[in-house]
Amino acid sequence: MAHSDRASLPVAGSPPPSAPSGRMPYEPPAQSVAGQIVDALLMLVLVVITLYLPLLLKLAGGGTTTKTVENPTWESLGQNAVMAAQWEKLDFTPEKAATIIGTRFDYAFNWGAMAFTALIIVGYFVFLFRYSDKQYRDVIAERFDGPPRP
Amino acid sequence: MTSTLRPTVEPLAPAAAVPGPATAPAAKKIALLRVLGPGHVWALGVGIVLVGEFMGWNFAVGKGGPIAALAACWLAGILYTCVAMIDSEITSTVAAAGGQYAQAKHIIGPLAAFNVGLYLVMAYTMLEVSNAIVTGDLIEAFAHSLHLEGTVDKRAFMVLTVVALAFLNYRGVLATLTLNLVITAAAFAAIVVLFVAAQPWAPGAVLQHESLFVGLPYGSLGILAAMHFGLWFYLGIEGTTQAAEEVRSPARALPLGTMTGMMTLLIAATLTWYVSTGLMPWEYLGQAVTPLYDAARLTGSRWLELFLFLGTLFATVASANGCINDASRAWFAMGRDRYMPVWFGAVHPTYRTPYRAIVFFVPIAILFAISTPLDQTITLSILSGLLGYTLMGISIVLFRRKWPLGTIQRGYVHPLHPLPAILLLGLCTVTYLAVFLGYGTQLLAMMAFYIAASAWFVLHRYKYVRRGEQFTMPWPKPKGY
Repeated sequence: MAHSDRASLPVAGSPPPSAPSGRMPYEPPAQSVAGQIVDALLMLVLVVITLYLPLLLKLAGGGTTTKTVENPTWESLGQNAVMAAQWEKLDFTPEKAATIIGTRFDYAFNWGAMAFTALIIVGYFVFLFRYSDKQYRDVIAERFDGPPRP
Repeated sequence: MTSTLRPTVEPLAPAAAVPGPATAPAAKKIALLRVLGPGHVWALGVGIVLVGEFMGWNFAVGKGGPIAALAACWLAGILYTCVAMIDSEITSTVAAAGGQYAQAKHIIGPLAAFNVGLYLVMAYTMLEVSNAIVTGDLIEAFAHSLHLEGTVDKRAFMVLTVVALAFLNYRGVLATLTLNLVITAAAFAAIVVLFVAAQPWAPGAVLQHESLFVGLPYGSLGILAAMHFGLWFYLGIEGTTQAAEEVRSPARALPLGTMTGMMTLLIAATLTWYVSTGLMPWEYLGQAVTPLYDAARLTGSRWLELFLFLGTLFATVASANGCINDASRAWFAMGRDRYMPVWFGAVHPTYRTPYRAIVFFVPIAILFAISTPLDQTITLSILSGLLGYTLMGISIVLFRRKWPLGTIQRGYVHPLHPLPAILLLGLCTVTYLAVFLGYGTQLLAMMAFYIAASAWFVLHRYKYVRRGEQFTMPWPKPKGY
């Protein structure tokens, strides 16, 4: 049963009861303005290279095949009278509609490609959680624990 | 009513170097305004997503046929119900700008938070791009209908949409989201009016399901493949959580706004599917850019065509508006935490908006809008969302394990844990497979982006991040640490 869980517990948004007594905090280096600009531009470049370029070079997108029909009619395209009437209301002739009707997704299964893709996704998440946990332990140690032992 | 959230808001940093604590200036703290209620949360969530009923969902028909699209619609509905339940619990407990990003920071760790921040930014930016594309295409189609073809360049309207909404967001969140509330309601009304005008009580009068239905053109594999675009019916509903720092009562408003938004979308999705599949041959519907506008044209009513033109326009504008809001807040939160250059963590001194984060993505949005096909930008948005949902399913398990019920205050506790998490992870796996069918290269391109960005964060960017400051909630130490 969904319920609220409020009984005298720490409240979101309020300051901690006392200042954290963590170990010596890590002091990050200062980043110059130029460094900030480079970092920001790098993200834009990464977006363009990994996401935009494959689209621009037509390397990504729907894996489809198109069946061509010579001198198409609504019947030869497999359209009944109601379908044909709706196409025509949308300003389509059989010639104009033939490519749309003849295009199909190609779902031929490539098990090797699927296994490779699955490996990439699983590997990404495994690394993400393991490395995040390593960083998280530092965060928690700095926030909650006493000074590190020699 | 206004208030500030001082403990989590970075001082407005000058554009120069990032100072250490010894040199930190005692700058005046400027926080986001707490002005939003449950209605705004509903409008933010539904406003972003409702456009999914006006365009994009119909590519699911192209991937599997009409029946497969309906199955995908409901399966995706289950996936998003899990997302809404899990997200409501975590967000009502970790109420900070950035939503899932701030949650990942507190529950999983910095690298995961960095990735979640990027998921949000990419998902919302690509959704914004998709909206801009549809706006341009819609105006061109309407001009064509008025016999004005050749005089309208749709790319100009795509650019105008992005720039005008970025400016609106720059000026202030309350005006922006109040506007969203109005235009979202109008867009939802357009769907209901179309449904009524199609006379669903008289099959064959307007709707022609009997003659237009074709079963499963790709067999049962089509149902699996259709799940890819089935997500588009609801993608972005979790955006309600991005405004957590600007909501008056997060524990009440976020779950209420999110769950009522989900109900609204389930109804709208079913109505949309029913009307569209009863009016268009599936091959046309499967590739249409503006399917509901086309459905209105097919009824033969000029006033209905005009109404759906306005409804589609409102929906795309409301969605793009919410997307800019959400993407900028996630980017702002990352800048504030130094996951990105701290320059992005600034709040406008007058308008109190994350103005630099808003402006930064305008060029990227324009670049994709004017030169990329709609199904591609939608797929990029869906993939980023999907990675986030996968993480969310694991995140809630870690959250309950690190802070069992009763150890911290939760605004909302979702029922039947861990069933929603298991169901969510199962449906995410199905969706990865669905995207692989037909769009496998894009799936790998997206993974390449996140892997490269993660490497950059681990090897370079993380050194600028203050460790202890990543945990700001006043909670006890997590169990097991």
